[in-house]
Amino acid sequence: MKAVVGGYVIDPGGVGEGAFDLFIESGTVEAIAAHGTIVPSKDDEIIDASGRWVLPGLIDIHTHLREPGQEWKETIDTGSAAAVLGGFTTVCCMPNTIPRTDSAEVASYIRGKAAEAGRARVYPIGAVSIGLAGVELAPLSELTAAGCVAFSDDGEPISDSGLMRRALEWARMHDGIISCHEEDKQLSHGGAMNESPLSYRLGIPGMPRVAEDVMIARDIELARLTGGRVHLCHLSTARGVELLRRAKNDGLRVTGEVTPHHLVFTEDKVGLYDTAYKMSPPLREAEDVAALREGLADGTIDCIASDHAPHDPDSKRVEFVRATFGILGLQTTLPIILGLVREGVLTRTRAVAAMTVEAAKCFSLEKLVPGIGTLVKGSPADIAIVDPDRIWTLSSDRIASKSRNTPFLDSEMHGMAELVMVAGKVVVREGRLV
Amino acid sequence: MTQPKHVPREWKEMLDTETISRCISRMSYEILEQEGDISRLAIVGIKTGGEVLGKRIQQRIQQIEGTLVPFGVIDITLYRDDIGVSETYPTIKDTDLPFRVTGSRIILVDDVLYTGRTIRAALDAIMDFGRPQTVELAVLVDRGHRELPIRPDFVGKNVPTSKSDMVRLRVSEMGYQDAVYLVHRGGDR
Amino acid sequence: MRAHLLGIEGMRVEDIHTLLTNAMTMHEVSERVIKKVPTLRGRTVINLFMEPSTRTRTSFELAGKRLSADVVNISESASSTKKGESLLDTAITLASMSPDILVVRHQASGAPHLLARYLSSTCVVNAGDGTHEHPSQALLDCLTLMRHFGEIPTGKTVAIVGDVAHSRVARSNILALSLLGNKVRLVGPPTLVPSDLAHPRCFGNRVTVHHSLGEGLKGADVVMCLRLQRERMTRFFIPSLEEYARHYGVSEKVLRIHAPEAVVLHPGPMNRGVEIDSDVADGERSLVTLQVQSGLAMRMAILVTLAAIRGAGTSESSEGGAI
Repeated sequence: MKAVVGGYVIDPGGVGEGAFDLFIESGTVEAIAAHGTIVPSKDDEIIDASGRWVLPGLIDIHTHLREPGQEWKETIDTGSAAAVLGGFTTVCCMPNTIPRTDSAEVASYIRGKAAEAGRARVYPIGAVSIGLAGVELAPLSELTAAGCVAFSDDGEPISDSGLMRRALEWARMHDGIISCHEEDKQLSHGGAMNESPLSYRLGIPGMPRVAEDVMIARDIELARLTGGRVHLCHLSTARGVELLRRAKNDGLRVTGEVTPHHLVFTEDKVGLYDTAYKMSPPLREAEDVAALREGLADGTIDCIASDHAPHDPDSKRVEFVRATFGILGLQTTLPIILGLVREGVLTRTRAVAAMTVEAAKCFSLEKLVPGIGTLVKGSPADIAIVDPDRIWTLSSDRIASKSRNTPFLDSEMHGMAELVMVAGKVVVREGRLV
Repeated sequence: MTQPKHVPREWKEMLDTETISRCISRMSYEILEQEGDISRLAIVGIKTGGEVLGKRIQQRIQQIEGTLVPFGVIDITLYRDDIGVSETYPTIKDTDLPFRVTGSRIILVDDVLYTGRTIRAALDAIMDFGRPQTVELAVLVDRGHRELPIRPDFVGKNVPTSKSDMVRLRVSEMGYQDAVYLVHRGGDR
Repeated sequence: MRAHLLGIEGMRVEDIHTLLTNAMTMHEVSERVIKKVPTLRGRTVINLFMEPSTRTRTSFELAGKRLSADVVNISESASSTKKGESLLDTAITLASMSPDILVVRHQASGAPHLLARYLSSTCVVNAGDGTHEHPSQALLDCLTLMRHFGEIPTGKTVAIVGDVAHSRVARSNILALSLLGNKVRLVGPPTLVPSDLAHPRCFGNRVTVHHSLGEGLKGADVVMCLRLQRERMTRFFIPSLEEYARHYGVSEKVLRIHAPEAVVLHPGPMNRGVEIDSDVADGERSLVTLQVQSGLAMRMAILVTLAAIRGAGTSESSEGGAI
C-alpha cells in the first residue's frame, strides 16, 4: 500500500478540493480521506506531498507520437516519457502515423508499444478515412474493437461533407466520436499563417479564420442531422468558440478543445519568419486569444489538449512556407496553464478539470477506465503531484521527446509535476523519469 | 554677419585666420612661379577640406593673374584601401572634374597631409579620368608620419604632431572662423 | 551594426537618404570612360538566383563588376537544390567559400531572413523574396523619382495599381515611399487589393485602398503599374485578362482625365494592353528607361554602402535583423 499524505488535493470531478490523504492499493485509489483521519501503517510507502498539489493524472486527447513510421521525430517510448514528465498519465495519439492508424493491426501495434514502454496509458485514435485520404470510410467498428477511443483525420480536414456525414452515422453505432481538424482547404489554400494585415505585410499566404469557421459550422449542422458526436480539435478563432457555444445551447453533442499555445500566443510571434511559431491552425490575433480564454473559463471549450507535434530540426530550418506545422506540447502544457491560473484567467479548479475529467469526458474514457480523471475510491491511481511554484528551465537535456521544436527551449518554466504515478506505479520522481 | 560657430574648448589653435590667409597666398605665388605657363593648369580639391582650400587658391591665382583656372573636386571613398570600417552608412560625395584631364597639369589640394593614403587614393581616382601630364601636391598642413612615399610640392606649414593627435581645419565656408586646430585624441566630438 | 539588406522594413529614413545620395554619385561613375572603380577589389559577390530573373541579376552583376568585385552567378538550374539540397545547405556551402556579399532571389518569402539568421559572416542582400519584398527595386524607383523631380520624393501622392497582394515590388515601394513622407494609394480589385492592406498594422497609416481606378488615380503625382501574372487566373483572383484590363488597365485616356500631371513607373516586364497601354509605356510620362538606368546605380550604391560598414563580411556582423 502507498499513501500520499499532506498534499492539497484538487479533484474537480471527484472529491473536490482540500487537504486529503490518498491510499493506493493494486493500482487503484483504495481510500481518500481528510488529512490525518487515517493513519498509515508501518508497512505503507509514504509519499509526502505537503506543500504540493495532488491532481488526478492529466489527460491529453490530442498527441502525435509519430510511431509507427517517423521514429526519428518521436516514438511511443519517448513520447510517453515526455507525457509523464509533463504530468500526463493518459494520452490519445492521432492516427497520422505511417502507415496510418486505419486498421486494427496498427492500433494493436501502438498499444503493444505503449505496454512495452510501461509509462503513460496510450490510446490510439483511429482514422476516419482510409489512409486519411478523405475518399473511403475507414473500418470504424474494427478500429473500435481494436481499442481506438475516437476517430480523426487530424492533420487533414474531412473535406468531403458526405464522408463526414456517413462517418458520424456509422460511429453512432458505437457512440463514437469524430475529432475534427477544421479547415476548408480551398480557403486556406497554400497558407502558412493567419491571414491578416501581418500576413499581407510578410507576404506569407494566409489561412483565413473563416476557413476554420465554415467547417465548424458544417460539422455542427451534421451533428444536428445525425445525432453523432463531434469533437472540435484545437479551436483557434473567436467565431469558432461562439459557434460551439450555440451548438451546446442547442443541446448538440459537440465538444471542443484548445491548445496551450493558442491561449498564450498571437500571430505576432511569427516575427520575421520564425518557424518555431508555425502551426496549424495558425496563431491568430488578440481578440481570438481573448475569446478562447473566455470560452475555456466558462466551459464552452471543454478541455485543453497539447497537440504535441514533434518535428526534427531539418523540417523547421527551411523557408517559412516550407516548414512543417506544429510544436511540442506535453512538457509545456502544465506550466503554461498554471501561468493562466496565476494571471487569473482560469480558476485552478477549472484548469485542472480541463486537463483531467473534462478531457476524459470528451472521449468517454471513463467507459474504458472507470473513474479516470478523478481521485474517488476505485479510480485508477493515476496521480500527478505538482509544485505549482517550482521554477525550472526547459533545457535540451530535460526534454524527453526526440524533437526540440518548442519556442520554450531554454526558457524558464513555472510549475512542475514532481511525482507522477500511473496505476499506482511511480514513473516520475523529483521531476525526473524513474 | 552671424557669429562664427565655436569649436570645443580643448582644441588647441595651431594656425589662425591670418596665418592661413598668408599660407594660401604664398602657395599660390609658388605655384605660379613653378608653373610659368598656366594654360594647362587645373586645381583639384579633395573632399571636403581640400575643396575649400583649392577654391581659395583658385581665387587667389585669379586675383594675381586675372585668369580663372579650371577647378574640380574628387571624393576618394571609392578608392580607399580600408573599406569596411565605417560605423554607419557612409555618404559618398560627388567627384567632378570639369576639364580635360589628359595632358593637364594638376595641382592636387588637401588640408592636412598625414599618412599619404588619401593622396594615393586621389591619384588613382584622377588616373581613371585620364592621363595628366603632371600632378603636384599642395597641402596647408604637413603633420608628418608618412606611410607611403609621397611628399608635398607646396606646403603651408610643417607642424610636428604626435600620432595620437588629430588635426582639424575649420573654415568660414562651414560657419567657423578660419583656423587649424590640434586635437588630442578623445577631445574631438 | 546592420549589415544586411533584407527589406525596406526596419530601415530608417536616413538610411534611404544615404543610399539615394550615394546612388546619385554612382551615376557619375557610369558616365566615365573607365566605368570601373577599385572599391570592392578582392571582394566576392555571389548572386544566388533561385528564380528566373534577367534584369535584376544583370544589374547586380554589372554593379559588382563596376566596383571591381569578383562576381559569381548561380542560377536555379545550376544549383544543387535541383538535387534536393536545402536552401540553407546551399547557402552554407557558398558561405564557406567566404563571399563578402550574397545576393539572393528566392520564391519563398523570408528566405533571405533565414540565410541571414544562419550565415554569420556574409552580408545578405534581398533581391526579391516570394511575395514579400524587393528592396533594391523600391530604392531604384525612389532614385528614378528623385532624378525626375530633382529631389528626394516626399509629399507626393503615389498610386500603385494592380496585383498588390502578390507583389514584392509593391510592398517595398509602399514602405519606402511612405517612410519618405508620401501618400500611397493601392488600386485594384478586392481580390488583389484586399482592405487588410490599408490596416495600420500592415503598412502604417499613410496607405489607402481604392477599388475604382479613377478614384485611385485622381490627382496622383506618380502612377506605378504592377505586372499582372497570368497564373492569378487559376486561383480565381481575376476572371480574365480582358476583364481586368477593362477595369484597371492604365491608358493615356484615363490618365488625362484623372491624373494629367502624373509620371508612370513599371518594374517590368510589361504586359502591354493588360496593366499598361503602349501609349503610356512609350509616352512622355513614362520613366521606365530611367528606372533601368537607376537600377545599376542603386545596386552599386547598395553594394558599396553595405561593404563599407564595419563588420560586414566578418563575424562581427549582427544577427539577421532587417537592414
